[in-house]
Order: sequence, then C-alpha cells, then structure tokens
Amino acid sequence: MEGQVEKIKQSALAEIKDISDLQTLESIKVKYLGKKGELTAILKTMGTLPAEERPKVGNIVNSAKQEITEKLEELEEKLKKEELAKKLESEKIDVTLPSDKIKKGSKHPLTRIIEEIEDLFTSMGYDVVSGPELETDEFCYERLNLPKGHPARDMQDSFYITPEYVLRTQTSAVQARAMIANTEKTPIRIIVPGKTYRREDDATHSHQFNQVEGLVIDEKGKISFADLKGTLEIFMKHMLGDDTKLRFRPSYFPFTEPSYEVDVSCFKCKGSGCNLCKQTGWIELLGSGMVHPNVLEMNGYDPEKYSGFAFGTGLDRLAMFKYGITDIRLLYENDVRFLQQFDRMDK
Amino acid sequence: MILSTNFLKDYLELDEDIDINELAEKMTSIGNEYDSAKKFIDATNLIIGKVTDCKDHPDSDHLHVCRVDIGSKVIQIVCGAPNVRKGLKVIVALDGAKLPEKEIKKSIIRGEESNGMICSIAELGLDNKFLTEADKEGIHELEEDAPIGGDPVKYLGWDDNVIDFELTTNRGDLLSILGMAYEVGTLYGKKVKQINLEHISYDKNGKAVDNKEKIKKANKEAKSEGNEKLNGELELIKSEDAPKLDFRLDINTENCSLFLARKVLNVQIAESPKEIKEKLMASGIRPINNVVDISNYVMLETGQPLHFYDADKLHNMIEVKMAKENEKLTTLDGQERTLTTDDIVISDGKRAIGLAGVMGGFDTEITESTKNVIIETAIFDNVKVRKTSNKILRSEASNRFEKGLDPNRTYMAMERACHLLEKYAYGKVLDGISKYDKTNKESKKIDITVKNINEVLGTVIAKKDILDVFTKLGFEYEIKKDDEIITVIVPTRRIDISIKEDLIEEVGRIYGVDNIPGRNMILPVKKGTYDRTSREIRNKMFNLGLNETLTYVLVNEEESKMFTNKDKESIKILSPLTEEKSVLRQSVTTALYKTYNYNKSRSIDNVSLFELGKSFYKEDTDKKNKAIDSDNYVEEYKLACLMTGEYFTGLQTKNVDFYTIKGVTEEVLDYLGYNGRYSFVVDSSLKEDLHPGKSAMISVNNDKVGFIGRVNPTICKEEVYVMELNLDKLLAKQVGKMKYKEYSKFQSVKKDLAVVVDNKVEAQELQKVIKSNGGKLLLNSKIFDLYTGKGIPEGKKSIAFSVEIGANDRTLTDDEIVAVMTKITEGLEKKFNAELRS
Repeated sequence: MEGQVEKIKQSALAEIKDISDLQTLESIKVKYLGKKGELTAILKTMGTLPAEERPKVGNIVNSAKQEITEKLEELEEKLKKEELAKKLESEKIDVTLPSDKIKKGSKHPLTRIIEEIEDLFTSMGYDVVSGPELETDEFCYERLNLPKGHPARDMQDSFYITPEYVLRTQTSAVQARAMIANTEKTPIRIIVPGKTYRREDDATHSHQFNQVEGLVIDEKGKISFADLKGTLEIFMKHMLGDDTKLRFRPSYFPFTEPSYEVDVSCFKCKGSGCNLCKQTGWIELLGSGMVHPNVLEMNGYDPEKYSGFAFGTGLDRLAMFKYGITDIRLLYENDVRFLQQFDRMDK
Repeated sequence: MILSTNFLKDYLELDEDIDINELAEKMTSIGNEYDSAKKFIDATNLIIGKVTDCKDHPDSDHLHVCRVDIGSKVIQIVCGAPNVRKGLKVIVALDGAKLPEKEIKKSIIRGEESNGMICSIAELGLDNKFLTEADKEGIHELEEDAPIGGDPVKYLGWDDNVIDFELTTNRGDLLSILGMAYEVGTLYGKKVKQINLEHISYDKNGKAVDNKEKIKKANKEAKSEGNEKLNGELELIKSEDAPKLDFRLDINTENCSLFLARKVLNVQIAESPKEIKEKLMASGIRPINNVVDISNYVMLETGQPLHFYDADKLHNMIEVKMAKENEKLTTLDGQERTLTTDDIVISDGKRAIGLAGVMGGFDTEITESTKNVIIETAIFDNVKVRKTSNKILRSEASNRFEKGLDPNRTYMAMERACHLLEKYAYGKVLDGISKYDKTNKESKKIDITVKNINEVLGTVIAKKDILDVFTKLGFEYEIKKDDEIITVIVPTRRIDISIKEDLIEEVGRIYGVDNIPGRNMILPVKKGTYDRTSREIRNKMFNLGLNETLTYVLVNEEESKMFTNKDKESIKILSPLTEEKSVLRQSVTTALYKTYNYNKSRSIDNVSLFELGKSFYKEDTDKKNKAIDSDNYVEEYKLACLMTGEYFTGLQTKNVDFYTIKGVTEEVLDYLGYNGRYSFVVDSSLKEDLHPGKSAMISVNNDKVGFIGRVNPTICKEEVYVMELNLDKLLAKQVGKMKYKEYSKFQSVKKDLAVVVDNKVEAQELQKVIKSNGGKLLLNSKIFDLYTGKGIPEGKKSIAFSVEIGANDRTLTDDEIVAVMTKITEGLEKKFNAELRS
C-alpha cells in the first residue's frame, strides 16, 4: 500500500514538472486529487484495511496529497503570473499617439488686459462698473461740460443715431451716470472698462475700440493731482513694468481742470527712441485731470465740498504692447490662428 | 499753428541761434504739443552762383554744360533746366549738399563733369503752392543784387525755423504770434514787445486829422491791462468818443457781438515786400498782393481774422444777419454756396457779400484795380461759425472764430491793419470808425488762495513762487488786506481762463508738473467689486474649448437682422463710414457668423467661438399710447457661441453636431445654477435662419432666453451650429446658494426600461412623465439608447431609459421597486401610448 502511494506521488510529481499551462494543471489536479482521482481511490479502499493500519495509511496518503497540492499551487501561481504578463504585454499601446482632446479654448487678449486691470483696481478698493454703449448725448457729452457746438467735440468724431443718441465715444460717459446713481453723494472709487466707438477707421484706428476710465471723488482736500499721479504710476508700472516712467503734460479736456496728458516711457526702446515712439522716447497713453467743478455740479456733487480725479486710457494699445501684436486689426479680425494663441495662464 | 521763429522775434527778444528743439520741448512741457520742429528750408551746402558760360551738352538734346562762378572759384555743372543761361544768378547746391529729397554728389553726366546742381525752388523743399509759374518750370532766377558766394537762403529771407504746434482747443489765444510771444516769454523770462499801431487819420479831403487830445483823454480813461494799451488810436476807437465813420452798420442777429469797420483810401496794389512774404510763407500762407497779404499777416499776428472789401463795390453799408433758407452766395474761391438759416451772412443791403467767419464773397473781393478798402474786424458766435465751416469750408479764419476771440484784439487788429496799409500799400486811413459792440473788454478778476492751489495740486508751493508764476504769465494781481486772498487780473487775451481751477492749472504747468511728486492716496480700505458672473461664464466657455472673440457691433442692414425673428427695427448710424458698418447688430451671433466666414475663407474649418457682448434694436412704440418716442432703444447683453468642424480631436475626432452645442449650452446653464430649470422648446418662434428641424428655443423657468440650432443649410451648406443666450433675461432669474444635500446611505436599484413610442414624441416629454410618475423614490433617469429600424414599426422609435430607484432611509423592497416601475410604465402608456419593449 505504502509503495503504491509512493508510486502515485512520484508519477504525479513527474507529471507536474511537465505542466506548462493552467489547463493541463487543472486536469492533473483532477487526475490525482479529484473525487475520482487516484489518491482518493486509495482512501476509498481504506475500509478494507485492518483498523490498526488505517491511521498510518491515512497519514501517508494525506502527506502525499499535501505535497502534490503544494507543488500544484506553487506552479499555478507561477503560471497565472506568466499568463497575466503575457496578456498585459499583448495590450501594450503606443503612449506617444495623440490624446483625445477638446479643441483648444482661448481668452481674447483685450479681455485679458481688462481682467488684469480689474484685478489691480479692485485690490485697491475700486468698484468696476459699466454703462450703456448706446448713450445719450447728454451723458456722453453735455454732463461732461461739453455742450453742443463745443470745438472739443471735434476731438471725437461720433457715430450719431439721432441728434440725441450716440455710440459712446468714451467710457467717461459712465462718470456722470455713477455720480447721479450715487444718491447719497458718498465718495466714489470706480473704474469703467468697455467698448467705445469713433467715426474713424485706418491702419492705426479701429472704429470700435476699448477704454478704461477711472474716477475717484472724495471730500474736498482729500484727493489731489499728486494722488492722481501716484495712482497712475502704480497702474502703468503694473501694466508695463516697474522701470516705466511717466510724463505728465498739461493739456485740455473739458471735463477736467487742470487736465493732463500722460506719456509713458516707450515700452519698446525704453526711452532711447524708436519707430514706435517716433524717436521721442515717449508714448502718449492716458488723459487725466481733476474733475471739473462744472461736472461735479451738474451731476449733483457740490464742488465746494467734493473734489476728485479722473483718467482714461485706450486698452488696445496696452494689449498690443503686452502681447507683441503689431497690427490693431488683428484684435478685431478674430482669425482663429490668432485667437488660439491666447490659450493659457498668463504670468 | 505753424510758428515761425523769425516772426516770433518781432515780438520777443530771443537769442539769434535759439535751439528750436529745446523751445518745442519746453512748450510741450507746459501743454503745447508740437508735431515737428525744423528749418524752413532744410538744406545744406547752398551758395549763390553766376552762370558765366552755358553750352549745349555735346551728347544730349536738353542738357547744358555751365560754368558757374561761386565766388571762391568757377565750377562746371551740368544742368537740364530750360531756363538756364549765361549771366543768370542761381542757387547752387555744392558737392555733399543735403536737400530734402536728395543728396548732391560730384558726378560725370554723359561724359561731362558736374560738380553740383543748380536748384529749383521745389528742390529746396518749398511747398508747391508757393511757386510762381516760372518756378514750376525750371531753376530759380535770383535778382541781379544777389551776392555771388553768399547764402541764398539768407538772401531770400528764408533762414527761418518753423514749429508746427498741435494746440488744445481751449488755447485760441495761441493761434497768434502775440499769443505765442506771451507763452514763450513766460518760459524764457522775456517781456513781449509792443505792437506798432501808429497811423495818420485823414479827413475826406485828404487832410490829416489831429486826434491827439481825444487820444490823450481816451488813454487816461482806458481800463486795458498790460503792454497792449495806450498805442496809437487804440483806446480812442474803443471809447465812446470815437470819431464816427460815414458807413452804416445794421447788426440784425445776436450771433454777432462786435463789428468794426474802417475805411482806407487810395491803396496801391502791388507785390508785398519781402519781410511780409517770407513770414507768410513760413507760416504756411501763400502771398497774393500787399493788401490781401496784410489781412492775413495781421490775423497771424493778433489771432483776429480780418476781411477787406473793395469799398467801391459796397453800397456804403454792411448788414449782418442770419441767411435765408437756400440763399445763394458765391464765395471768393468762385464757388456758389447754398446757405441755411443757421449761417451768419454779411450783406451790403442788396445782396450777400460774405459768409461770416468763414469766407468772403466773390463780388466784393480785393482785385488788382481796388482803390478803397473797408476793413472788417468782428466777432461772430463761435458755435454758429463752427457749424457753417464744418459744412462749407474750414479756413484759417473759421478755426480762430471757433475757438473764441478777445474783443480787445479785434480793435487792435483794426489798428494794426491801418498801420500796415499805410506803410506798405500807401493808403490813407479815413478818420472815424463804424462800430457795434456788445462785448465786455474788461479783464477778469479771480480770487484764489495758496490753500486752494495746494489742495488741488497736492503740493506745498510757497506764496512767492505762486506769485512768481502769475508775473511770468504777465498776469497782474492784488493781495487783499487779510493777506489770504490773491486777486488775479487775467488779461482778456486768455479767454480760456474763467475760474479758480483754470488758475490752478496755470500754476501747475508753469511751476512744472515734474516738480510735483506722486503720492499714494490714503483712503478707507474696502473690497472692490466686479462683474464676477461674466468672468465665470468666460472661463467656463474657455475651458469648454471655445475661443473668445471681440467682434464689431456695426454691420450692414441685412446682417443686423440675422438670427432674429426679423420683426424689429435695426438702429442705424446717421452718417456711417461705409454701408458695411452702418447698422447696429440685433444679435451677437450675426457677428460670430461673419467671423466664421472670415476664417472659412482662410481655409480654417474647425471653428469654435464665443463672445460676451451687446446687441441692439429699436423697440416698437405704440404711437397711439405713447408720444413720439425716439428713445426706445434696447441694448441687450448676450452670450453667443458658434461651433463647427472638430470638437474632440486626436485619433478619433468628433465633429460638432446639435448635441455638442447643446452640451455646451447645458454646461453653462448648469454651471450658473439653472440645472433642472431649462428646456429646449420647438415652436413657432424659431428663427428662419436656423435649420427648422435642428433648432430650438432655450427656455428657463418657461421663459425664452435664447436659441440654439444649426445655421439653415440654405444660408450655409456646412454644418455650423450657433447658440445665443440673453444674459440680461437669464441672470435676472434668481439662483439659490450652493448647498450640500445628503446622499442615501442605502443601496439604490438600477432598472432598464425601453418603450416604443411615436417618432414625434420628444425625449424631454417622456422624461417629464417618468419624473412625475416616479415620485420621491425615483432618483434619476437617463436615456441610454435610441433605436429605429428592424423590429420597430414604421413611424415609431424605441427609446431606452436607465432608471435609478431608492430612498434615503432604507433599502427598498422588491415590491416597492415594482410599484414604482409600474407607475412609470403606466404613465408612459397612458400619455404616449407607449409600448413596453421586452
């Protein structure tokens, strides 16, 4: 009996050695260990043995069974690993093939400039406000101390709809709206970015363009030209770089008195003279001044009690400088090859 | 305004070799920008020569070989001008000379040596309008007295510098040499010289009139300030005692506040002397004859436009009135003008003889045969002149009238013209003046304090520095007893100064803007606000792969109504630049569609765009209920998007279809918090510019806020999809705060349900019924399959839902699940005659 078990075991171990796949392994398992397997068959004959021999034979059979099982399990694990590796190998892909992508989105350079300015000024406590683009003559001009027939209206050739309605030529139109809307006549600190329109179209002017307007009003004595100067220095250095210099030139705008035009040191040549600045080293960029007492008065602020400053600048040129855009028309043509370049986070 | 420095030197003691670039820069720093600053004749190495010999070039049919004596030597020059000849004195550009258009180099011309060039005037850079007929044809012929070897520019009186200023519209005073003299004088600390107004007045018989006593009295009573006063008859003609001229003035409009007329007899028309001509030319004005030139010359000096009439062509009177509608006038350029009641017209009682402030009439102009002259100096309403000149003609005169004039200058200009007509046209000024004067000629007095100034400028400028500024400007001042208030007496020439703030500006600019340091405001800390929603929408669209555009609001008439129901009137520009940009768009999509076409024409087929922008229309007004209302313009803030071509790219590209743009739309609406509140509605309000079977209105809270769909294939054969949301309408619908909602800890069950319904039944409708029948236990239902074809009857479709059922507080029993499913299927059967598909 003992010899028979040993023989079966040796035969099983020999067969196990030759197994190379899981299927064979399963059939070997059944052949030796299954319900109808060879070792099971021996156990079934135990009944014919004398009672005192049974435990001994049982032990022999079980230990053979265990040895075979162990070998089988060991092999099974190995084979499974191999099979998995094979499977994964067969699934290998080319990781360098293109990914599934949603088409690129982008943010227009002018909105990027506007957002940047909004972020700067809101951080200084300014509110961003807006107003209608189809404006009344009253708000676009008259309430800004520019009565009908005023020669300064020539500076801004307007698109009139009727004698009383006009596409706003300047975001300054919102100045009067903000002052009137503030019924409590409390201090004002606002900027107004937005679209503006003038009746001109050439290589350097677009009939539709963008401006930002700033207005600060507070109790008389609190806001001065020096404050305006300080504010515009922060603004321009933020937009154009810390080495930017500003030059204030006395000028004339009907809605401010005193009035100043502001030049910045040329952002291309840094002041040494180039084509962009027509060899002057300076680029005219902003209009500014102290709010004219007539404007305060017309819009409900007592000029004896309040004073303030206002400034305005075109954004198209700022965007062109910032992103190295050489032709203003690119901003409005919306060629997808242009737009798609503005597709990422901007430092 | 072109400033000739030679002209300026008549009134200001300036260094002979003043650096004009420095002058121009200094002027800029006090607010007077310039366009260019250069020599009037911008040429070097020029010399006066005499042609001593002139032979035909042996190898040319038009060239000449000349020997030219230039003083130090005789040189050979090849010259092609038809008028070159022996004995002529000429302008020679020597080897190395730089002319505005070319540089001169020694050369061999067809075998003959040429050591320079004999110049025409045009070659020196003089504007064509200054050339005589002879000068247009060939080289310039100098007078016999021209010194050989001398500087021709100096000899001609053209060694001048010109600065072209771009002045601000408030500084009308700077449109004059005198005004410039005060301004430059302020910069260089120089006093302005007195203008010469002296002349003799004659009676009708040609006898000199002695007005000395009257002048003395008038000067004593004169209120004028500064050094313009007490000069010739100036104060006399301003005064009540001014001798009267026998010449009638009828001023029949309030648009003329001052009108002066004097008569000068026996003028002799001739060419102007060099000193007048050269200054006119440097100032950009073409000399004509001595009389006409004087009117221009005095205008340049004083800023006051003048008009001279041939006195013998008038009927001894002038009337100023508003023109009649369609009244005709031939102006002195020979053109017939049609006037309106808005134009101020000058008449001699019989006919119109001039368009006030703009141009004189043809019939009464100064001609070669003019003997007697009526001088007019006047002030007309600036707004009216501006209107007329905008319509008819912008002139040197109208430019000055528009900006406003100083009445004291109006008198001064009259006397200056008399002086010059006597001096250069040998005329005899007739005693007396006809005048109409409603003006105030007194200086303005403005009270100001040091505190006023420093408060506005943010400075600590000392009182003495402030007073110094006023002195430099030529403003007198008085200091009141309390020592606080400075009363500044502003000369009438400074019409731009009327309030305190104007004086503060003067102090600021003369003290020096660069001397005022910038300051950081100290204001209460507060949080600034901005339109975050717009920015969030923009970021969302950007992240969904769309490119933001910035398109034009102005389109053409047809484009303006695209993607609308075409039932609203578009808003038109009164005087557009072009038809293509003449109307305000009614939809933003129309501009995106234009942008799509722009890109398509450049072979860019994959286009996904969005824009946050405005569109406009004119609201219909019920004429019965409302008074005439042109004010009913509506401006709407919108989000528009357009998509075509690829959306997903890579190996497996997916092209945009209706459901792509619908997905984008839903994503935005969900992001804004409208999840579950919107639907896509197909009804009669669909736009005809969209595919009728592939478009819908977007409805939120059952209110239509936009549209979506494919551009109608009759308009565009490519598959282009568009969407537009009216953000004013949409964002007015309140959205609650984002809040955590507890999810169930118990397992839910997913069941599939496929029904066969009529093809016309919308998925959205089925979903609604499932939702209402599923009740609280229905957590979710999604469509996962749509099938038509084999096994499904014609005209029907099978649509499959995955339904999720569950509860927050328990695991549902089988019975409960069956009950929900039964209710749902029964609902579908009942409403849509749906058949359950196994």
